[in-house]
Amino acid sequence: MLLAAFALFAAACEKKTQPAPSGEGTQGGQAAQPATTGGTPGGSDTILLGEVGSLTGAQATFGVSTRNGIELALKEANAAGGVKGKKLAVRVYDDQGKPEEAAQAVTRLITQDKVVLILGEVASSNSLAMAEKAQAAGVPMITPSSTNPKVTEKGEYIFRVCFIDPFQGAVMARFARENLKADQVAILQDNKSAYSIGLTEVFQRTFAQLGGKVTATESYSQGDTDFRAQLTAIKKAKPQAIYVPGYYSDVGVIARQARELGLTVPLMGGDGWDSEKLFELAGNALVGSYFSNHYSPDNPDPKTQKFIADYKAAYGGVPDALAALGYDAAKVAIAAIEKAKDLSGPAIREAIAQTKDFPGVAGTVSLDKNRNAVKSAVILKVGDGKTEFVTTINP
Amino acid sequence: MAELLQHLINGIAAGTIYALVALGYTMVYGVLKLINFAHGDVMMVGVYMGYATALALGRQAQSSAWGVLLIFLVAMGGCALMGFLIERFAYRPLREKPRLTALITAIGISFALSYGFQLDAFELKFRGLTLPIPLPGAAPRAFPQIIKPAAWFTLGDPEFPDVVLWNWQIISLLVAVGMMVALQYLVYRTRFGRAMRAVSFDHRVAALMGIPTDRIISLTFMIGSALAAGAGLLYAIKDTSVSPLMGLMVGLKAFVAAVIGGIGNVPGAVVGALLLGLVEEFVVGYAASTWRDAVAFGFLILVLLVRPGGLFGRVAAEKV
Repeated sequence: MLLAAFALFAAACEKKTQPAPSGEGTQGGQAAQPATTGGTPGGSDTILLGEVGSLTGAQATFGVSTRNGIELALKEANAAGGVKGKKLAVRVYDDQGKPEEAAQAVTRLITQDKVVLILGEVASSNSLAMAEKAQAAGVPMITPSSTNPKVTEKGEYIFRVCFIDPFQGAVMARFARENLKADQVAILQDNKSAYSIGLTEVFQRTFAQLGGKVTATESYSQGDTDFRAQLTAIKKAKPQAIYVPGYYSDVGVIARQARELGLTVPLMGGDGWDSEKLFELAGNALVGSYFSNHYSPDNPDPKTQKFIADYKAAYGGVPDALAALGYDAAKVAIAAIEKAKDLSGPAIREAIAQTKDFPGVAGTVSLDKNRNAVKSAVILKVGDGKTEFVTTINP
Repeated sequence: MAELLQHLINGIAAGTIYALVALGYTMVYGVLKLINFAHGDVMMVGVYMGYATALALGRQAQSSAWGVLLIFLVAMGGCALMGFLIERFAYRPLREKPRLTALITAIGISFALSYGFQLDAFELKFRGLTLPIPLPGAAPRAFPQIIKPAAWFTLGDPEFPDVVLWNWQIISLLVAVGMMVALQYLVYRTRFGRAMRAVSFDHRVAALMGIPTDRIISLTFMIGSALAAGAGLLYAIKDTSVSPLMGLMVGLKAFVAAVIGGIGNVPGAVVGALLLGLVEEFVVGYAASTWRDAVAFGFLILVLLVRPGGLFGRVAAEKV
């Protein structure tokens, strides 16, 4: 019976969207093979990069998308002859979405694998844990998509190629006030994530400055599945919109339960919503809701469209923002390694810090003196099974 | 006022799920004096079995009466078998060992299941044979609406109601109370139940009296696991999301509920669970949502301070 049920499961299971690429990460932080064959890691003909991501765990699509983007960038660089006459390879460790695993993985990348540069993570809580170790060891780290400001504050070796939470939170507050004309909003934040708390703070402040009022602030813990108590309390506050700066894995369920309780106002969120899974989890409960993001697949820029086509060919499916940022982060890293006078930590760090007007697929990357990228954000509207581009908001 | 009523409905609905999970917990404890920490994860496996069955049935069949029955049968049957295997191969060899050994094993099984299920499906190749291992992977999935949601009671504007009571909330509560009555009957009114109580009292003496202790314990585990699967499906219908880690927190909360009610006591588990659900709901609704888990576990400590055996439990003097 058990086996029969499992067999049914296999038959019924939707086809995995991503075919296993060569740099497949494995469970439990086990080492994966470098993405390119030939050459020992750290040997004379290979430059080894490190990557940490949540390949399993509740936010698994974050890690997998990022890995695909990075892999694509490396493949292109290697096809074009590599960097400094050497091939590039990446060593990927899975952190299961946990900060302590992420920190451990970084230590292993630095001491055991002797990587020249580290890429990762998506979740700010994990990047914070990693940044500590990378900074202490003097190994440059680029996070593709952690938006919490504290990440790059860890030190001069930590960079990012995305905007930061204050910007993202402010963008949404402005959109709610000016485009949605909302006077009263409620907030439902994820108490377990630095990302969600950071967005909430800025949103609250900006929205108040613009003359709006936050009538209720409730919180939940990542992984909860019953949000009815919070939503009932929010309902009493009669908001015109609800800001839910959480991750897609929770937001879908929140949206369904909000509708179930008769809360019909639009929800608003940040880039944590960005996943194909969101539509499955939310059903049609999120139709008409908005979130801020790093990029939109509808962007007509030929660079972006080429990336989308290449990504589709390699992995199937439209790349989400995390794949795009993973790709950009790897590109910035490769360009910096090419420019650096040698492969030492300080030399590469110096080269990354000078990144200016770098043409990324998710917007042009210029790093400011705090090592954060200055770039615009897009607002997307959730439709039936897809997102629609609404507007771009500049810094 | 409307808000209070909605909180009441939410709290009872949440407590109902804890109650269903707690029933299995408390029954296994009652017989074996083993806290089966893997109970919540057996529940999770049951939900995935039901999910797979629902997908195989397709959109039409899964919400028909027979479809729902089949989903429950497959999940509960599958879990009963799994419960049997876990007991036979993990707990039985440890029965004469110190109790702590079995407890640690239970925690081990719990983690093996919840993390094993986060792996993606793969194929096992062995001597030219290929065996597909269908694991679901870590990403949460939406559980299909096998019971079509219908609002059975609304207050205020029916389009945007102030208070809503859904059909599945009533169904779950009825199932929970029904299960409680059935279990109580099983334990106190049947030959099997008498044998269970005898094994619980002293399994060596019970064996001397001609009671097939191994079979009784196996059956207890199978019933407990089937109950977990049923509870899990109702949970998935309620919260619409399925993930490999879903069993951990619910299992823990159900355990707390069982202890509050007096672990080993069947009606106690239900009362404890409903209380816990309501306490959580009102903490979030009227105090602060951040306090929910702290208050839930604090409530446990408070109850145990006042009544060390739980609300319905008896504190038996240790035989020396």
